[in-house]
Amino acid sequence: MKFEGTSTYIATEDLKVAVNASITLERPILVKGEPGTGKTMLAHEVAKSIGAEIITWHIKSTTKAQQGLYEYDAVTRLRDSQLGDEKVKDIKNYIRKGKLWNAFENDKRPVLLIDEIDKADIEFPNDLLLELDKMEFFVYETGETIKAKNRPIIIITSNNEKELPDAFLRRCFFHYIKFPEVETMEEIVNVHFPEIKQELIKEAFKIFYNIRDVPGIKKKPSTSELLDWLKLLMTDDIDAKVLREKDPKKLIPPLYGALLKNEQDVHLFERLAFISRRESENTE
Amino acid sequence: MFINFFFDLKQANLPVSLKEYLMLMEAMDKRVIDSFNVNDFYYLSRSALVKDERHLDKFDRVFGHSFKGLESGEEGSVTEIPEEWLRLMGQKYLTDEEKKLIESLGGWDKLMETLKKRLEEQKERHQGGNKWIGTGGTSPFGAYGYNPEGIRIGQKESRNKKAVKVWDKREFSNLDGDVELGTRNIKIALRRLRRFAREGAETELDLDNTIKSTAHKGYIDVKMMPERKNKIKVLLFFDVGGSMDAHVKICEELFSAARTEFKHMEYFYFHNCLYDTVWKDNVRRYNEHIQTWDLLHTYPSDYKVIFVGDAEMSPYEITYPGGSVEYWNEESGETWLTRMLNIYENAIWLNPIPERYWDRITSASIIQQLFSDRMFPLTIEGIDQAMKELNK
Repeated sequence: MKFEGTSTYIATEDLKVAVNASITLERPILVKGEPGTGKTMLAHEVAKSIGAEIITWHIKSTTKAQQGLYEYDAVTRLRDSQLGDEKVKDIKNYIRKGKLWNAFENDKRPVLLIDEIDKADIEFPNDLLLELDKMEFFVYETGETIKAKNRPIIIITSNNEKELPDAFLRRCFFHYIKFPEVETMEEIVNVHFPEIKQELIKEAFKIFYNIRDVPGIKKKPSTSELLDWLKLLMTDDIDAKVLREKDPKKLIPPLYGALLKNEQDVHLFERLAFISRRESENTE
Repeated sequence: MFINFFFDLKQANLPVSLKEYLMLMEAMDKRVIDSFNVNDFYYLSRSALVKDERHLDKFDRVFGHSFKGLESGEEGSVTEIPEEWLRLMGQKYLTDEEKKLIESLGGWDKLMETLKKRLEEQKERHQGGNKWIGTGGTSPFGAYGYNPEGIRIGQKESRNKKAVKVWDKREFSNLDGDVELGTRNIKIALRRLRRFAREGAETELDLDNTIKSTAHKGYIDVKMMPERKNKIKVLLFFDVGGSMDAHVKICEELFSAARTEFKHMEYFYFHNCLYDTVWKDNVRRYNEHIQTWDLLHTYPSDYKVIFVGDAEMSPYEITYPGGSVEYWNEESGETWLTRMLNIYENAIWLNPIPERYWDRITSASIIQQLFSDRMFPLTIEGIDQAMKELNK
């Protein structure tokens, strides 16, 4: 069961090796990278590629490790007991299963995506150590131990907002998704837009990589923003000639709102355009 | 197996552990990768041993050093050449006599079989010689062989054009923790200070937990929680003018990163050392001053204080009244700094000059002492340490 990338997701060599190592050794893999480089998509594509079900657990800042295992709904039970409902007698009725429980109980080997683990409390990864290692946990209320029928493939993504504890990192494989080079980017674009014209790609790439290189820009546009921008260009039928405009009055590329998301970045860009316009006026 | 490599990594201060090494061995054992391909081994070992992108560049360097001289494995990957291709090539390039000679060895099929067997036997690349596959020899296999039955293997490009090895490309050098700063890196270092912790005495009612606990226990159980100490408050002091002109860019980046990270931030400028006045606007520097006393009275002691400066001046400017190069200050810079440090417990000094030069600059050592060693270099590691210190 090897991961080779899919028809809709271009995976680099090193990513394939890391994912396959994680699948073979049945250990989680931690994926980091600039935002918009396809970390979350990776999990979906791995599931598609090996034909497994995907269970996603989106972490918020209020998420606790216990919520991934199960929650004991005491409030409902208290209310039911006051109403005299028969369900009250068996505590199992009030145990709400969490994502990890679902993943462990799955008949076929699933893919479990723990998305943006760095959003949670700093202790969160530490609370999951035993569960990730042995793939089992103990339910205090009912006294049973839930063991994984088939060890799920666990893919963890992080945006690098917090440091992850060492003990947690030891147990995973790691991959950093670099920002794609021009060739890889071309493949990605071709996969998403099979009918796009080559000249449009060339001109768009020039503009895109130039923006990324502008010093002082606060948020560099990423892969997903490039794809959005291309989609807008194609919908509006803007072709390569418009992009190739060397006229300084039109230095800001059309539909730049898809690439520059920050007011300061837009101002910076407008100022640069203004400066180069002034320069060209002076030389005329 | 790769014990030396492992110890090289440890010596380069990479946080690798035995567990990760065993994980790598297990992965090799389970044949995750094709063990003849060095690139794949590089990817696998990187995935198993390095857990933070800060260390990727160091890993690349150590890998390149430990495995120097290893061929990239792209040359001569013979087993992947399909038979058909060889056959067609042969028909194109071999003369009639050579074809007859092939027949003498039992035909193409026998030749391919023998080649396969030889490959299995061959342990390493070989030069000259008779039996093994290599270059410049007389065996029936190998490139540049004189044997008419020889088969050209793998020499599609010229000999001198070797592919650059992946780890030598050093793609991660700008993610390294010790490298100069850019705004993004500074933000990541400053984010340490971002923790909104609930600390202290429990004075607020925790409604959610009260409800949960009440339901759990069946009787009223009130839970309290400590007040949320949010909004980190920071006072930034920048040294401007003179020798700091060389570090303007980095201070700008630090400033812009700090402004977005800290909710409450006040900044002031001084020159060389802190005296009785500071200013906020560099243009009106000589007209509009703010008394340092006013500052000490306005901002409470839970503010965190960061000084940014190269601490490069004549030692007299710190220790003597009148030492300031711009005017006569009644009290020495040292007095002022001590006063500040007595009020604000969490204070650090960030120095854009690399750490190794500090003990050669007397003034820097004096300031370092005043700050009880809380002077940190203006690198990502340095800011990281500084933020850890401020969090105490």
